Amino acid sequence: MEKYAVYVPRLVPRRENFAPGHRACIGCGEALAVRLACKALGQNVIIVTATGCIEIISSQLPWTSWRVPWIHTLFENTAAVASGIEAGLKAMIRKGRRPAKDIKVVAMAGDGGTSDIGVQALSGALERGHNFLYLCFDNEAYMNTGIQRSSATPYGASTTTAPAGKESIGQTTWKKNMPAIAAAHDIPYVATACPSYPFDLVEKVARGAMVSGPAYIHIFSVCPTGWRCPPDLTIRIGRLAVETGIFPLYEVEDGKYKLSFDFPQLRPVQDYLRLQGRFRHLSPDIISEIQSRVTEEYEKLRQNVVRTGEPNEQSSF
Amino acid sequence: MARRVGIEVSVAIAEAAKLANVDVIAAYPITPQTHIVEHLARLVADGELDAQYIPVESEHSAMSACLGASAAGARAFTATAGQGLELMHEVLYVASSMQLPLVMTVANRALSAPLSVWGDHSDAMAVRDTGWIQIFTENGQEVVDNVLCAFRIAEDHRVLLPVMIHLDGFHLTHMIEPVLLPEQSEVDQFIPPYRYPLPLDPDKPVTMGAFAPPIIYPEAKKAQQVHITRAKEVVLECWREFGDIFGRYYSPVENYHSEEAKVLLLTMGSFSETARATIDKMREEGKDVGLISLRLWRPFPFEEIRQAVKNAEVLIVLDRALSFGGPAGPVCSEVRSALYNEEEKPKVISFVGGLGGRDISVAGFEEVINRGIEISQTGSEQEFEMFGVRE
Repeated sequence: MEKYAVYVPRLVPRRENFAPGHRACIGCGEALAVRLACKALGQNVIIVTATGCIEIISSQLPWTSWRVPWIHTLFENTAAVASGIEAGLKAMIRKGRRPAKDIKVVAMAGDGGTSDIGVQALSGALERGHNFLYLCFDNEAYMNTGIQRSSATPYGASTTTAPAGKESIGQTTWKKNMPAIAAAHDIPYVATACPSYPFDLVEKVARGAMVSGPAYIHIFSVCPTGWRCPPDLTIRIGRLAVETGIFPLYEVEDGKYKLSFDFPQLRPVQDYLRLQGRFRHLSPDIISEIQSRVTEEYEKLRQNVVRTGEPNEQSSF
Repeated sequence: MARRVGIEVSVAIAEAAKLANVDVIAAYPITPQTHIVEHLARLVADGELDAQYIPVESEHSAMSACLGASAAGARAFTATAGQGLELMHEVLYVASSMQLPLVMTVANRALSAPLSVWGDHSDAMAVRDTGWIQIFTENGQEVVDNVLCAFRIAEDHRVLLPVMIHLDGFHLTHMIEPVLLPEQSEVDQFIPPYRYPLPLDPDKPVTMGAFAPPIIYPEAKKAQQVHITRAKEVVLECWREFGDIFGRYYSPVENYHSEEAKVLLLTMGSFSETARATIDKMREEGKDVGLISLRLWRPFPFEEIRQAVKNAEVLIVLDRALSFGGPAGPVCSEVRSALYNEEEKPKVISFVGGLGGRDISVAGFEEVINRGIEISQTGSEQEFEMFGVRE
């Protein structure tokens, strides 16, 4: 793959297809990720968005932030709507009712819309092999409705429906591994990304859009409002999630794992946890439990890279 | 010239969708609808129909995929029944509110629990407020004709609303009947190519499905209400033109000896054909009875209903669905409320029967009518009576 980071700053289009003036909270990592993704996608797309933060901040009647064709219908059906659009375009092009133009259908949903309520529709669409790109913007809880836990909420985080209290550490389950679930469908392309690594994100979204068949990108989206952290730390917290191994950046291309950034020595998870109010209550015991789990999961990922035999192209970051 | 064939009604529906040259079919199996989508899959597999067939993982996704296809400008079709229609429920509202002109056949089926794959109208009644045009059919020919009409009505730029064609599960879906299938050239003339006014297109970006704060939501809903009410004119126009071309005319309310009769029975769907035999028998015996069969359920044909019953003294409505703890069967409630402010109106008596595939025979309808007449004279302790239920 090309080293976009070298020249991408000059190549990233200036045009904003996700227009400024939307209603996201200050410091929203998700809005930043959508903006970058839209730069990577260009004009020839149809975007389908699930109910959630992105839909609510970008589409209040009579305004819109979208300069590309965009549709929202419901919460859990985003991948199904995308399959219908893709099939419709295919049929119409074949029947000569639309010009034979290569239009990419892109689905966007949050972690709840993806790994909870939308997982069935997503699994169906991935399994059927539709030519579409699915972007999950993961801010690790139902932020739009007010910070309720989802299956993507990390262990120990305090949310409004799994609050930390005298008898509870908050979330008592480990984050559902959604990229692994997507990869288990044997689709051509799965990746993780984070807007704190903007060129990597742009590169991956562009790659996902180029693939013929289903592609899935899981994008870590820091949410200062829900994570109880200062909004000016969004980029830094995203980088720490990667540097601690909590959210490793990698790709799975035709079943082959590749780490986008590997670190000889991961930073301690405490560097990441201590900046966020949602983890403030955690005792040293719990933190060390999280540390062992993160180390273990990261090692598993490294083994996947070795096992699938792709020579590890490490970035210079 | 049309071909006259002996054909299973479900298969005939698939043939009608083929004649309509659909672009996308998204479907999930559910009894008693499966033969429709099985035959469509066969037509696509054999290259007889050029369409994308999406074998989705649920009815929720079937309807959602149809939304997407239709928004992209493709002609989309699906079929479902019972639980499947219920699973689609929230998506149905989106289809009508976003003005996506899909066509769906519903093989009317009872709702769980207890599980029943057999027919009644519980599923159809549960979606009566979703903003779809709903048409009930009595026999195979009517289904085929109305599936063709449905595409034309739905896609008319004065309408742009989704249409449901209802047929009774098993009682109609699994019957082999003689059906006239029109020629492709005739259908091509009758249904113009689908041109959605503002499809999803990168050359002309549109935002579809934006959300509405209180300052705009009620206006959007009023517009929708006015719109579906006005759609009735287009339905009538379509049926007229269909009749002029194909020789079979349809109306929102079918009258059978109803003008002169003092006692009327009102039914919907395939039971109307059996009820007609009852009317024949009773009239031969000198009884003053008639039948009205309600075909257009949404938008509700207020004028036609009022006109049809204006000379009657007793109107007996047979519902095939319950509204638990409610006033009467849903059809009866609506008919009654349509007549309430009329100066001259019949007494309206409500029966619920034929639930979960329980048949009502010619003799059964006679019993319903006689009991209805009795109630109209003596009254009943119940708001409505359930027919043919063991106690």
